[in-house]
Amino acid sequence: MYAPHTQRDIAQMLDAVGVGSLEALLAVPPELALRAELDIVPALSEYAIGRRFDAIARKNTGIGYRSFLGAGAYRHYAPPAITALAMRGEFLTAYTPYQAEVSQGYLQAIYEWQTYICLLTGMEIANASVYDGATAVAEAAIMAFHATGRRKILVSRAVHPNYRAVLKTYCDGLDVVIDEIAYNAEGVTDGSAAAKMAAGKEYAAVVLQSPNFFGNVDMLDASASDALRDSETIPIAVVAEALSLAALATPASWGAQIVAGEAQSFGVPVAYGGPYAGFIASTQEHMRRIPGRLVGKTVDNAGRTAYVLTLQAREQHIRRERATSNICTNQAHCALIATIYLALMGKTGLRNAAALNLERSRELATAVSSVEGITLKFSAPFFNEFVADVHQDATGVLAALQQRGILGGLNLGRYYPELTSCVLMNATELTTSEDIAALATALREVCDVATV
Amino acid sequence: MAQPEHLLYSKEHEWVKVDGDTATIGVTDYAQNSLGDIVYVELPKVGGKVEQFGNAGVIESVKAVSDLYSPISGEVLEVNNALDADPAAINRAPYDEGWLFKVRLADAGETANLLGAADYEKLATL
Amino acid sequence: MSRPSDNTASPPIFDLGQDGRANRYLDAGKPLDLFMPANVLRDDLPLPDNSELDVVRHYTRLSQRTFGIDLGFYPLGSCTMKYNPRVNDAMASKPEFAQLHPFVPDELAQGALQVMYELERSLSSLFGMAAFSLNPSAGAHAELGALLIAKRYFADRGERARDKVVVPDTAHGTNPASAAMCGFKVISLPSDDRGRVSLEELKGVLGDDTAVCMMTNPNTLGLFEDRVAEITAAVHAAGGLMYYDGANANALMGNARPGDMGFDVMHLNTHKTFTIPHGGGGAGHGPLGVAAHLVDYLPTPVVVAEPKPGEDGWAPSDRLAFRLDFDRPKSIGPMRSFWSNFAHAVRALAYLYANGEEGLRRVSQLAVLNANYLRVKIAEFLETPYPEICRHEFVVSAQQLKKSTGVRALDVAKALLDRGFMAPTMYFPLIVPECLMIEPTETESKETLDAFVEALREIVASAQSNPQALFDAPVTTVVGRVDETRAARQPDLRWRSPAASR
Repeated sequence: MYAPHTQRDIAQMLDAVGVGSLEALLAVPPELALRAELDIVPALSEYAIGRRFDAIARKNTGIGYRSFLGAGAYRHYAPPAITALAMRGEFLTAYTPYQAEVSQGYLQAIYEWQTYICLLTGMEIANASVYDGATAVAEAAIMAFHATGRRKILVSRAVHPNYRAVLKTYCDGLDVVIDEIAYNAEGVTDGSAAAKMAAGKEYAAVVLQSPNFFGNVDMLDASASDALRDSETIPIAVVAEALSLAALATPASWGAQIVAGEAQSFGVPVAYGGPYAGFIASTQEHMRRIPGRLVGKTVDNAGRTAYVLTLQAREQHIRRERATSNICTNQAHCALIATIYLALMGKTGLRNAAALNLERSRELATAVSSVEGITLKFSAPFFNEFVADVHQDATGVLAALQQRGILGGLNLGRYYPELTSCVLMNATELTTSEDIAALATALREVCDVATV
Repeated sequence: MAQPEHLLYSKEHEWVKVDGDTATIGVTDYAQNSLGDIVYVELPKVGGKVEQFGNAGVIESVKAVSDLYSPISGEVLEVNNALDADPAAINRAPYDEGWLFKVRLADAGETANLLGAADYEKLATL
Repeated sequence: MSRPSDNTASPPIFDLGQDGRANRYLDAGKPLDLFMPANVLRDDLPLPDNSELDVVRHYTRLSQRTFGIDLGFYPLGSCTMKYNPRVNDAMASKPEFAQLHPFVPDELAQGALQVMYELERSLSSLFGMAAFSLNPSAGAHAELGALLIAKRYFADRGERARDKVVVPDTAHGTNPASAAMCGFKVISLPSDDRGRVSLEELKGVLGDDTAVCMMTNPNTLGLFEDRVAEITAAVHAAGGLMYYDGANANALMGNARPGDMGFDVMHLNTHKTFTIPHGGGGAGHGPLGVAAHLVDYLPTPVVVAEPKPGEDGWAPSDRLAFRLDFDRPKSIGPMRSFWSNFAHAVRALAYLYANGEEGLRRVSQLAVLNANYLRVKIAEFLETPYPEICRHEFVVSAQQLKKSTGVRALDVAKALLDRGFMAPTMYFPLIVPECLMIEPTETESKETLDAFVEALREIVASAQSNPQALFDAPVTTVVGRVDETRAARQPDLRWRSPAASR
């Protein structure tokens, strides 16, 4: 449909090539000729495509519900200026910037992204982005394995369950073993237990997430951090809600050497799970192990400032089987969206947004825990998510809320057998007092009925 | 650059300077020229062992990466740490400032497996 | 040497801005320490505040320093840089798709699941596979998934000794890198003098330790692997699996299918064949397809469908109910945080609807026609190592040019930038010296192709008469050739504040 060839073009071109027909041009050995009847969606005019997708889109009725879902994908305000800039054809349709002279714009934008990630995390180096937070964790673990030679990784159970599952998928490939550390009654990782387990120098890294999957601030204390340094175990910090970096102490401040995270919160749509923008950042000593693309600043042959993809000899297209990662693409366009978001929001806007997230989530927590029969599960300080214990099977409660047009949160029984009465609830700057009041009212109805 | 006479050479374009029971190792002018601007070298660890013609590290240039093979077996005594900040030394002075690492020889007889300057010259100008 | 006036340059965003020059996107928030103890808060957030206008000017300028398909022709071999239709983005940005949270219950996300189902069914049919997973985020990601599947498959059969992956020497670098990430050892297979996988060499390395043979068809020289049926038979006879690198899928849609050739597992790059925008290097999308015996190993979740009684609908898929299935005991597990690069699945499905079967067949036919047309024209003045009918791409070599004039593939590439074209892929595959790989795609017109041929002809002529002009190229771009050595020897990977860099 998008090929511009006229019949005359085709005839002239076939003639130049010296072949009689398109079928002859694409002739294959008889045993490979296509015999099957294909079953592909039918061709539609562009107008009809719009109507078809409208009909399909209408079936996503969940859009109309009040939602308190977070758990690794967060609804935040994205100023329209982002789309106006990011969807410019030059940015949208550019290839990977291997020809630096005609890619200066993208290269500079990614250099700015790398800088933003370093400033937010306190790390010294950040790469040009990776697929998402989960694969960032996997790549960080691989970095630690190559740095230490140790085939074991220690991961907190309070790390996002999907991230832990992806880590396992990758580690199975490399025959690296994953051990888990529990979270305690306050809803944070038992840091000193982790340090003790790591004392035997068997683990390449300890992986913890802050805010953790339950929303709680979960950082290593000084003595755990020191102990890990003594056993030469690499602390890897995971960040699933990147907006928290605007408010909370940086991972660098508590001793992280590698930070693996998700920048979806910075203006990237939740879009039913992707594409997102993962990031990896580290201290200087891990620079040569960091996977993926890196943009560097240099000069051109007349001394002008210029940007270029650098240290490419780490990457797969040069190292081939000696590369530590096979990663080829980054998430350039999503990283661009995140960079523009950060530029528009600035320090003031980000602090502001973080403050509103803290305020709304506390409003939500107060409203929810004021319902008879519901308590807050954990006591640790949280960012914009927390765990509500409904003291009965959460499945029934959430189903009843859904009937009332509300998505109350994530049923934690899905991932934690010990938390089947618990719901992970999220509030952001987009959550209104009206939303919160509606949830509280509905919960009262639901829980009263249930406890009768 | 003519191949220095007093050195021995491997087919992988490394040179060896034997001094009693120790040896200094580097890459030849041909090697640095084919690699282009060298940006980084991964050298073996001090105290580690290297085997003759076995893998001893990696040399990275802007567009390529090349395995480093040791032309002789031994225990690594010293590595050229100056190359960290100045890998260009290998391009500038491959037989001199750009030396890579030193070993204590495991078996002096291994030199029989290496080439003299004249034989290596033939290889390097193919 | 003069350059276009440089009013598109803009300093790093951090050098602009003033504290407090904030935009008012949200209501004012309260002080953070009202909500959290001070010891968990950060002291300072050293980011700039910039007005919206300054940000808009900054990134608009950066866009003007960036070349894209929207500006000009990309003859990039192996990349399939075809036009990215805007209707795809319009569909993907519908709020029902863009704002749908991945944890929305299945019954409230039937539209999203239907998109994934329809895409998966169409791709399976088009390429002769039993099923596809939309989980992987990129081609290399899917490759890794494929090798993890192979590893698990052989472990289940008690054949753990199978640890070798055979890869042609023309393969893309991700192939061996992915193999290494699964603990496989790579055996590189030399190509024969026709540029194809050598069946004799292959048989020489096959054995009880063969896990997977990875290849693509057409190969990276653009040549159809006519003996592929014998190749897959040989690998299967040795007990191994065949992997199809789908980067070149644009060459054979509606014409031949990897499944029919004997491939057990494959990936696609929808950002190549199916017009997902490259966006400067990603996000990509890498559907992973398998034959029936490997379906159980696909990453989770998988979209499953059941008939919905009493439903009417325009298409068969409108009469189905969908859900995400996570209960797959043999699965290699998930490869990413949620279910797929869903927005790209929407785009790819929109593209399939724009074409249908006949349209896709036409796409491949015209991609191959464009490539052959360029090949015969360019062969008049540049060495074409494989002067035969090619598929969607072909290679030329500047080796003779280099010997007689000193002008290399790199110089030809840089000279093309001055003439408003992107350069072809350079120095890949490795077996052709001074290689330029050219893939026009089907969305380029004959006039564009003719202009490209003339530009190349002129450059080659210039190599004879005035090679220095080519060594100096590009001269009309915003910067000239960059000092890559300095960038690698003195890495400067982030902006630093003047205070910090003292």
